[in-house]
Amino acid sequence: MKVALFIPCYVDQFYPNVGINTLQLLEKLGVEVAYPTQQTCCGQPMANSGCEQDSKEVYHHFVDTFADYDYIVTPSGSCTYHVRKHYDIIDQTPAVQKVRKGVYELVDFLENILKVEEIPVDFPYKVGLHLSCHGQRGLRQANASEIIGDKGGQILTLLRKLRGIEITQLERNDECCGFGGSFCITEEAVSARMGQDRIADHVRNGTKVLTGGDMSCLMHLEGIVKRQQLPMKVMHIAEILNGSQP
Amino acid sequence: MNHPALAEKFAKDFNRTTWHDETLWFVRQKRDRAIYPIPEFQELRLLASQIKDHTLSNLDNYLLQFEENAIKNGVKVHWAADGEEHNRIVLDIIRNASSIKGKTGPIKMVKSKSMLTEECHLNPFLQKNGVEVVDTDLGERIVQFRNEPPSHIVMPAIHLKKEDVGETFHEHLGTPKGEKDPQALTEAARQHLRQKFVEADVALTGVNFAVAETGSFVVCTNEGNADLGVNLANVHIACMGMEKLIPKVEHLSVFIRLLARSATGQPVTTYTSHFTKPADGKEMHIVIVDNGRTQQLGRSDFRNSLKCIRCGACMNTCPVYRRSGGHSYDFTVPGPIGAILSPNIDLHKYSSLPFASTLCGSCSDVCPVKIDIHVQLYKWRQVVSKENELPAAKKWGMKGLAKMLAMPKVYDLGGKVARSALRILPHGMTHAQSMNPWAKARELPDAPKQSFKEWYSKNKKS
Repeated sequence: MKVALFIPCYVDQFYPNVGINTLQLLEKLGVEVAYPTQQTCCGQPMANSGCEQDSKEVYHHFVDTFADYDYIVTPSGSCTYHVRKHYDIIDQTPAVQKVRKGVYELVDFLENILKVEEIPVDFPYKVGLHLSCHGQRGLRQANASEIIGDKGGQILTLLRKLRGIEITQLERNDECCGFGGSFCITEEAVSARMGQDRIADHVRNGTKVLTGGDMSCLMHLEGIVKRQQLPMKVMHIAEILNGSQP
Repeated sequence: MNHPALAEKFAKDFNRTTWHDETLWFVRQKRDRAIYPIPEFQELRLLASQIKDHTLSNLDNYLLQFEENAIKNGVKVHWAADGEEHNRIVLDIIRNASSIKGKTGPIKMVKSKSMLTEECHLNPFLQKNGVEVVDTDLGERIVQFRNEPPSHIVMPAIHLKKEDVGETFHEHLGTPKGEKDPQALTEAARQHLRQKFVEADVALTGVNFAVAETGSFVVCTNEGNADLGVNLANVHIACMGMEKLIPKVEHLSVFIRLLARSATGQPVTTYTSHFTKPADGKEMHIVIVDNGRTQQLGRSDFRNSLKCIRCGACMNTCPVYRRSGGHSYDFTVPGPIGAILSPNIDLHKYSSLPFASTLCGSCSDVCPVKIDIHVQLYKWRQVVSKENELPAAKKWGMKGLAKMLAMPKVYDLGGKVARSALRILPHGMTHAQSMNPWAKARELPDAPKQSFKEWYSKNKKS
């Protein structure tokens, strides 16, 4: 099985540690991981802004970069969702089809391809999980409260394996954080308010470490945590699973 | 004004925004509690969706079948291509009604909830032509007094607190100043409306479902005002969008189970009234309205927005709607569904609405007829861009970004330069609120010296 690592553009630029932890975690689990260095971005930023036609050349670049691999693993539900869902506007060549099928969000890959059962990590903290909408509703990695009362999901399943962890019970388990790509700029007022409300829910219910599968949501939420100088640490799920401590 | 500007204005009042968000979230939770115990709820959604898909694919036939059966029942059927024609037809019906002809003094109409007549701006038109129009749903009456449009399709006055209603009723109904007891205020409205019902010459209702095989239609209300109005007045006019059809009576059993649960978390509305034919000596009219619906039916990507049964669940679940208010959409139907219906009517005017969403997808998950609302929001964004309605800065910014992201070396260098700049420039400059909207409420992430790619090249590349 040939596995490539895709580190999304904003993670590459702003959160290299998330990339490093993802790589180390996969290697620890015995996966030989390639990292094609010509990679850039999945093309979502333009497409969500209405410019998917402009994104086409980025899509082609992505496919050219990863066409040789069986799996393309990335620490982002959002980018995974974008490749799977929205690469339908370019010719569906065998390479495009293979890439769309092979792209996996990290936790999904751990659970459903690697079948990881144990995470030998101590994490004695109260952890709040932020579900990214693209992971949860896009990839159906977690139940949505609109559909079912049960709050189960892939990230939660892995978190529960950590020793000493306590999971925050939120008042709103799966409300969007308000990042939304360019939405966070064009609709700044609502975006910020949504993020503040999410953080307030975590504060009220005792979250000490805030985590999730998408660094984009977490970047937005961390921006609010830092502005409000709250005693809360924001970590991507890859960092926690790889044994990083807050 | 566009959505971001109106939303910012709304969100400025922090506490009121909190209240608005929590009020609608309460309704969303009520809805959850109403649907969780029904094991077949997701199957019902699928069934409803399929019935509506089928109906829309055969709409021409079902419309004709409905008309034929309604005429057989003794109902007069009228067709309106747009809002203007709809309004004219309603006025003509009123002026020509035998019970009204020759009446001296103003003609009086009581209306029960109809978003379609809001869409057609019927009230101002009738008032200009000497007809007194009274909206009889409590919420509708409140916003009518205030000369405001509804802010929600099911709860039109949800943006108002009981104190606001107290003020309004003090001004219009003479309730004591400062009165905010909901029961007292409702009682004042009841007394006021009772008089209007008794005096009415004509009653106008909306239509929730029109049944092709019988030519009858169903109106769902909680206040019973539709029934009271219709039974007291000599003329009943029912106005419906042409997408309200369902083929058979048995299909009602699917939609009635979905509608109230999705809307307010009730198992069923208090009144589910079936209308088939006029009572002896009375008139019944149905006005079937297109007003852009045929055009939407012709858009394959957006056609199934016409499945909407106007429950409002997508508004209650929408984190953006809850924090920006219905008026920020500046369209008859606000919220996510409004954001995919409005560009069909006027792409230029409503070009900001498909962007008033994070594409979180919750709207599509609650929709009782499974409209893929967030997918259509994404698709409308592409149309907005194609039709050159994007702000120039965004358009060219995205073009530049795409070019950069297609060239790895340019991307690597661009990232390095940007990170250096963020590290070197003073905080006051990188976080200047006038230049950087992000920084109004948020800190930027720290800019690391090394990107992941740089780290990898140094440490891992063999």
